[in-house]
Amino acid sequence: MGITFRKETFRDDFTFKNSPEHIRRFPFPFHEDSYMYAVNIEPHVLGPKGSVLENLIDVDEHYVAEMQDRALVLAEDPLRCQSLPHMTLAGWDLLELLMEQQALGYPEHFSLTRDGDRWRWINRPLGIDDSFTFGDVSTLPYGPMEYITRQSQGDFCILDQRDGNLWMDAGMVTTQADWSLDFDIGMNFFEWHAPVPLAHEKGIFVRALKFLTNIQQGKPARRLNWTMTINPRLDTSPENYHKWGPDRTTVTPENVGDKVHLRVELQSFWRLPRSNGIVFPIRCYLIKMDELVTQPKWARRLHRVIRDLPEELANYKGLTRYRATLVEWLSKLDDGSPTSPGFGPD
Amino acid sequence: MSTGTTKLDVVVSDVVPVNELVTRFHFRRRDGQLLPTFSGGAHVVVEMRDGERTRLNPYSLMGSPLDTREYTISVRRDDAGRGGSLFMHRHVRPGMEMVISYPVNLFSLDLRASKHLMLAGGIGITPFMAQTAQLAADGGNFELHYTCRTASLGTYADVLRERYDRRVRLYHDDRDERIELDRLLSSQPLGTHLYVCGPSGMIGWVCDRAAALGWPAETVHFEHFAAPQPGAPFDVMLAVSGKTIRVGEQQSLLEAIEAAGVDPPYLCRGGVCGQCETNVIAHDGKFIHNDHWLSEEEHRSCKKIMPCVSRFEGRSLVLER
Amino acid sequence: MAAKSIISRPVYGTLSPQPGKHHLFVTDAEGALAITDLAAKAPYGFFADAHIIFIPGQDGRHVAALEALKPAQFYQGPSFASALPRLKQTLANAHMGLRLYLAGTEGLIGQAMQAALEAGIDHTAIQTEHRGSLARRIQCVHCKGITENVTTQPATCSHCGLLLLVRDHYSRRLAAFQGVCINAEDRSEIPPTEEIFR
Repeated sequence: MGITFRKETFRDDFTFKNSPEHIRRFPFPFHEDSYMYAVNIEPHVLGPKGSVLENLIDVDEHYVAEMQDRALVLAEDPLRCQSLPHMTLAGWDLLELLMEQQALGYPEHFSLTRDGDRWRWINRPLGIDDSFTFGDVSTLPYGPMEYITRQSQGDFCILDQRDGNLWMDAGMVTTQADWSLDFDIGMNFFEWHAPVPLAHEKGIFVRALKFLTNIQQGKPARRLNWTMTINPRLDTSPENYHKWGPDRTTVTPENVGDKVHLRVELQSFWRLPRSNGIVFPIRCYLIKMDELVTQPKWARRLHRVIRDLPEELANYKGLTRYRATLVEWLSKLDDGSPTSPGFGPD
Repeated sequence: MSTGTTKLDVVVSDVVPVNELVTRFHFRRRDGQLLPTFSGGAHVVVEMRDGERTRLNPYSLMGSPLDTREYTISVRRDDAGRGGSLFMHRHVRPGMEMVISYPVNLFSLDLRASKHLMLAGGIGITPFMAQTAQLAADGGNFELHYTCRTASLGTYADVLRERYDRRVRLYHDDRDERIELDRLLSSQPLGTHLYVCGPSGMIGWVCDRAAALGWPAETVHFEHFAAPQPGAPFDVMLAVSGKTIRVGEQQSLLEAIEAAGVDPPYLCRGGVCGQCETNVIAHDGKFIHNDHWLSEEEHRSCKKIMPCVSRFEGRSLVLER
Repeated sequence: MAAKSIISRPVYGTLSPQPGKHHLFVTDAEGALAITDLAAKAPYGFFADAHIIFIPGQDGRHVAALEALKPAQFYQGPSFASALPRLKQTLANAHMGLRLYLAGTEGLIGQAMQAALEAGIDHTAIQTEHRGSLARRIQCVHCKGITENVTTQPATCSHCGLLLLVRDHYSRRLAAFQGVCINAEDRSEIPPTEEIFR
């Protein structure tokens, strides 16, 4: 029967919401009551049915609304999608990966038919039915990366691998947590992570790079990252910081539950076969506090994590202005009882 | 993550003698599916069941990356080697079932290059077969200079000339034809990248001249798989697994560790990828380092060894495995 | 209140003669002294294959010192913009073996490097030495406008007027530091302005 796609917005009237089933499948990122950076990378293999890992590329009830929001962002600022000239081949690699995975996981919504390099792609939720020649950019309305990432949830960075480093040379980035593709494109792994506090000193990036440059075809990997966002905004870009930044001053004890959102990124890493590059999908999941605290374990644990977060991290994640209000609100839901290990709700 | 790469079950679909030293092997998937797509310069590790022994040798894929119905490799017979190439030549027949690794690319094209200048020596031609096919299909700008001993040993020289005409230049040792390397390197447009694959003497010569003529290191790429060298047997204690093993004369240290049931990660088995890097806990004797991964300083420190290609001579060696 | 420096902040070295067939220098003002210092270490005849592009400061100093090196080609121009077509043409016609040396202000180094990257030279293959002013070239992340010669923290975007935190985060491709609105969350907060990039 397939997914029922919600009609909702991530701007203006903010009608975004999770259904009860989607609350249960939310990828809660804390496996214990505290948080610090770690090289928390693991093989990206299928997880339980009904989780966000049921398929390696997840499509959910927010798909159509997210794609509409992406189109609005791109109309306003086309620089959110860029590809340096040598990255076209990697774009075709990504197109193949996303079409295959979406058709495999959701055959009622997507289908891909291949006859040599003559391909036909049907995307029913967005009403697309295109026949094209794989490898021939003139047969698609956009470049291959832009074409397929206008039809796939999450941001995508394509990394070129050379000289023992990874270079962010292409991407579609419209739902980012406060970093600019237009500014960072062309940078290497260490450079684009430069603004992240503490992790460099801990050697996190040296180890992560070593792991990522050795990712093999057919063996993707993943990790979770998180931050918080006021209002369910997908586009929290630095470009628009002066527009969404004031939201952070609007948090009051009365509206925490509706305004404050935990924002989790499921990042995965895949070797691309033709270009030998790496694609790094960053899939963003939002959940408002009112929804999150329907799971008592998550409420207790989030309270402890936010309360004990080191100052630099809280600053980097932009929590400073409303952290006290949030911790106070969450503390009422924390009776001090122990939480079970692991991510899932009890 | 787990050892090496995902494996592929294949059947040998053809065995074609190319000349007196080189034979070509074709593989298809046993389940009839297409093989994984790969990029020019990639290799696979071929598993050879040779009686009690398992040999694992890397070979460059030389077919077009656009055709994944089959993979092809070319193997040069090495009568003085440790036996992998002899096994391929003597025992591998069409219809035989074998296991190979997923492709891995440690000799990738730099797609930013405005021009790709390729220098091949002998059997070092194989990765360029795939790279030229990939570039030609995409309108890429390349030029291949290929040195071989004699015309009859110029593996695939005729094929390449027919495909790419003047973009391929041949040099025959027996006719005293030599690459005018300095002139060649000094006449390339800015933005050219250089790729070398061949005997280590040739790679060293080309890299030295390129550096002297002002080619930045980032623009010079080489495929430098060392084959493990035979040597005197030696004993090793594996501290983590609590085993003591003997490394045979024709065996690599990595193979001996694997034969004892311990599986360090690996990708290239040729001393370049760094995966099997192993810490030395104690030693009394001298290391014979043959890898291109550790720095000279690390070699001198005696604190690390690459067991895929390096050996040891002396009284005792304890490794963190 | 400059932030603690970060990895994307460019690191400059000291020019030294590189192996190569041709040597191209781009420099402004005090940067000329980095070249004369290099000349003291260079092998005989080094400048016979050299090309110097120089943008002297307003005082016009150092021209004679550079000419005295007897480079094969010498050019002086009033601004980087006026020298750019010559630089681009030189790079377009160059061969492998050309080595590039940049010395002077961060703005000059960044913009010359930008042209070199487009011509296919890796940034790691370029010799750089910082001399003179620490004034920064800033890209406003909001309106994308470039503001030249920024010496204060924070600084006002000369295009959209937002008050910008001048970060150490630097883009080679844009040849600019990043400027991000410092009081986006509450426009009434106006931090004091300090002159720190001199």
